[in-house]
Amino acid sequence: MGFLSRFFKVGDSKKKAKERLQLVLIHDRADISAGMMEMLRKDIIEVISRYMEIDESQIELELEKENKSVALVANIPIVKVKRNYRNIKTSFNKGE
Amino acid sequence: MNTRIIVVTSGKGGVGKTTVTANVSVALAKEGYSVVAIDADIGLRNLDVVMGLENRIVYNLVDVVEGSCRLEQALVRDKRVNNLYLLPAAQTRTKDAVSPEQMVELCEALRDSYDFVLIDSPAGIEGGFKNAAVAADEALVVATPEVSSVRDADRIIGLLESEGKKSISLIVNRYRSSMVKKGNMLDVSDVSEILAVKLLGVVPEDEAVVVSTNKGEPLSMGYSSPAAKAFRDICHRILGKDIPLKYPDENEGKGIWEGIKSLFRL
Repeated sequence: MGFLSRFFKVGDSKKKAKERLQLVLIHDRADISAGMMEMLRKDIIEVISRYMEIDESQIELELEKENKSVALVANIPIVKVKRNYRNIKTSFNKGE
Repeated sequence: MNTRIIVVTSGKGGVGKTTVTANVSVALAKEGYSVVAIDADIGLRNLDVVMGLENRIVYNLVDVVEGSCRLEQALVRDKRVNNLYLLPAAQTRTKDAVSPEQMVELCEALRDSYDFVLIDSPAGIEGGFKNAAVAADEALVVATPEVSSVRDADRIIGLLESEGKKSISLIVNRYRSSMVKKGNMLDVSDVSEILAVKLLGVVPEDEAVVVSTNKGEPLSMGYSSPAAKAFRDICHRILGKDIPLKYPDENEGKGIWEGIKSLFRL
């Protein structure tokens, strides 16, 4: 490694730092409080209930951490699908 | 008077909270605003030495909350800059000597008498940080472009958001553009993208900071080094002025020879 190769060498440790940071922050930020999970659970039930009847007592909602990512995994047993989905009022379809 | 109470914090230690607090306080005072700088690092006080006011301390923050003196008696007036005061921390006590309620009471007593109250937070996320942040309306988060510092800053921002702080902004400190150019340091856009808060300024690594701390004269007192300019820009942005963000160069202001030397110091 002479002077010239040092002169032209471009480091890549910045890229590594960024990648490692983004990953570690996903894990850090995924440490979500029980309160927030409960709010999320209620909101998800509310949205899904517009479309289908679900068994609220059987809902499983959790964050699963894998090596390179974090996923929100929900297991929501459906009791019945609603037929009149066209009349559902959502933020996209205000029922106009 | 619409007093702005601002906490300067970081999570990680040694990233420059105290230097930022001292310099921004001095810069604001030099702009004609009245400023109280509070050292909330009880047991490990340092804002007094960085500001060069260590020999003039009579009372401290704990004396005030315990009622041993009046608030005005504990404020150390800086004789070099008009309208700049320091409320020093106690050195021989621990963080438990003050409660969040007492900090709120203390800061509210300063509200309406001064334009700015800057609170220098201790490192960490425990009681000392909570005491420093509880009374503040705004937060300045200081981070260096390093993995550990950015990670801790992210944690602190999360805590400040959950406390309901309406304004959280970021200062990137000890920035070395020569390393960034070589791809060996996180650049400003990486840090601000990751932390996703408003970027208030970038302070370059600058030997003048060490020299000014040695002397107890914050750079904002009047030096024209790159870091001093960065602190002045930060002060103006706090005041709402639209100063374009330029990425500072630590070689700026050095002579051509210095520039050539640093070019070859690869």
